[in-house]
Amino acid sequence: MSEALATETVLDVKNLQTVFFTNSGLFRAVDDVSFSVRRGETLAIVGESGCGKSVSALSIMRLVPDPPGRIVGGSVMLEGTDLLMLDDATMRDIRGNRISMIFQEPMTSLNPVMRIGDQIIEAVRLHQKVSNKEAWKQAVDMLRLVRIPEPERRAQEYPHQLSGGMRQRAMIAMALACRPALLIADEPTTALDVTIQAQILALIVDLQKRLGTGLILITHDLGVVAQTAQRVIVMYAGKKVEEATVEALFETPLHPYTRGLMASIPAVPSPDAKADVRLVEIPGMVPSLTKLPPGCAFAPRCKLAVDRCRQAYPPLEEARPNHWAACWRAGETVEAS
Amino acid sequence: MFAYIVRRLFLMLVTLFGISVIIFVLLRIVPGNIVDILFDAAGFVDPADKANIERELGLSQPIVIQYLHWIGGLLHGDFGYSYVSEKPALEEILPRIPITARLAGLALLFSASIGIPLGVISAVHQGSRLDYALRVVSLSGLSLPSFWLGLLILMASVSMFGTMPIFNPNPTTWLEAFTIYAVPAAAVGFRSAALTMRITRSSMLEILRQDYIRTARAKGASEAAVNYHHALKNAVLPVITVIGIEAAFLIGGLIVTETVFNIPGIARFLVEALRWRDYPIVQNLVMLIAVVVVVVNFIVDMLYAAIDPRIRFGD
Repeated sequence: MSEALATETVLDVKNLQTVFFTNSGLFRAVDDVSFSVRRGETLAIVGESGCGKSVSALSIMRLVPDPPGRIVGGSVMLEGTDLLMLDDATMRDIRGNRISMIFQEPMTSLNPVMRIGDQIIEAVRLHQKVSNKEAWKQAVDMLRLVRIPEPERRAQEYPHQLSGGMRQRAMIAMALACRPALLIADEPTTALDVTIQAQILALIVDLQKRLGTGLILITHDLGVVAQTAQRVIVMYAGKKVEEATVEALFETPLHPYTRGLMASIPAVPSPDAKADVRLVEIPGMVPSLTKLPPGCAFAPRCKLAVDRCRQAYPPLEEARPNHWAACWRAGETVEAS
Repeated sequence: MFAYIVRRLFLMLVTLFGISVIIFVLLRIVPGNIVDILFDAAGFVDPADKANIERELGLSQPIVIQYLHWIGGLLHGDFGYSYVSEKPALEEILPRIPITARLAGLALLFSASIGIPLGVISAVHQGSRLDYALRVVSLSGLSLPSFWLGLLILMASVSMFGTMPIFNPNPTTWLEAFTIYAVPAAAVGFRSAALTMRITRSSMLEILRQDYIRTARAKGASEAAVNYHHALKNAVLPVITVIGIEAAFLIGGLIVTETVFNIPGIARFLVEALRWRDYPIVQNLVMLIAVVVVVVNFIVDMLYAAIDPRIRFGD
């Protein structure tokens, strides 16, 4: 990572705690999670479904549905302001302006009865004092920026007239219309065709570089992480279990869960390999957040688990320089590598 | 879209033709005609006299000829004569239309202007005390027949003020005119307002869960903008359909309400005409109501297309 890029911290999340009150009890969807993003940097958050990735993102946006959810602790500093301390009106000024978000489902994330252009205009006019005409011009410019052909015509169209990839481009245009300091992309390519996925990802990364936006990329796809991110955090059962640069993580994954994730990436078998190569999987299931084991949440699924793992939760420690892991046996893994 | 409108217009004509046949046949199936009723009242029957009058009124002709005669007249603008008053049917019907139209319009206005905002409020505050209170009130609106509610209003008015609203065909002030129509319109409109509220509520609850609502919030839109601009515009579609259907039900409600409040509109007139088997009046009135209902539904479909681009461009 170049020096110039890695200076200014845009977002600093400290000890974030978000809980949900449900009929089966309270569960900690995000439990004491900290991370930061610098200007122009891409931080990937990786984990299985239900590990707290999306709730972390919604907590930063303060869009966790309340009830049942509530942010109960920590701080979210955006450009020096703690978002958790702001009143609703001030928070609305920040949403879509300083932080924007792109969602997983482009097919349903746009309002079906509003024209594409009008939806982008809304984002612009909520935060900038410009005329409707000027905002429309900006909207068309944004559509051109995300490489939608014939942006003037597309701005007049309704979401159902656009393909999934086009809609996600329009979402990106809307999210970046006010040049936010931070963009959160929550599985932006999961719902798209494989051929479109790479295009959208390349577009996001390209625009992020051009606009100097900090990017949080939420994904379960480690391939995407390797292509785009500089740093990665791995989450499991609401907790951060590992944090490292992309290079370090792929070179020496320290947490057994991360190793499991990497092992389960399907590889194209070489022609001379035996035909029945079995896909590697992590045994067991993500534990219910209302019934977490007393020790490490991953212990029941972990091949390396020892008694200590089942009794006490391991602290997040810097096992190697700039490489943190919450595992009692991380030290042994470092030595072995 | 143009092809769609043409097709809809054609379907409207087919519907109206079907209704004309049904009402005509049903009227002839009802035992007795005006001559029977008149002679019964007089107490003696001279078959020759009776046959004479029946011939005069055209009632002795085969039913198909009678039907063609009616429809042929309608197409020429000839609505026939009332058997009872012997005046042209049109002259009897026309002056009564504005009275009923005002009542129905006001009732629909109440239903939309009260039902939709309350539905939104109820949905936005789902599970709150306000929501429960509104749901109970709306349930009572659905369960109370409008004539019963009308009677209750009249009784309450008498016991509280010692008087009750009496229909005055020539109100002097605008306010007096409004009160004359507002009370019966509220009695009829309560039911539709309740239904509109419930449909709006459930439709809003469905829409508020949609991803694009979250997108709107992520843009920084205020709660009011999210609820009324983003959500209601989507949620109002089923509500419009229901209001269209309610327009038809409303006329049924008006028949009893006009009777209860003693308002000389077409709905009460229809009941009287039926009692005398005044075929020209009944037939033409029912056709008029049918035309109104069919046109309202056409307007609803057009509104649907105007609001939802998927329908406008999908055809």
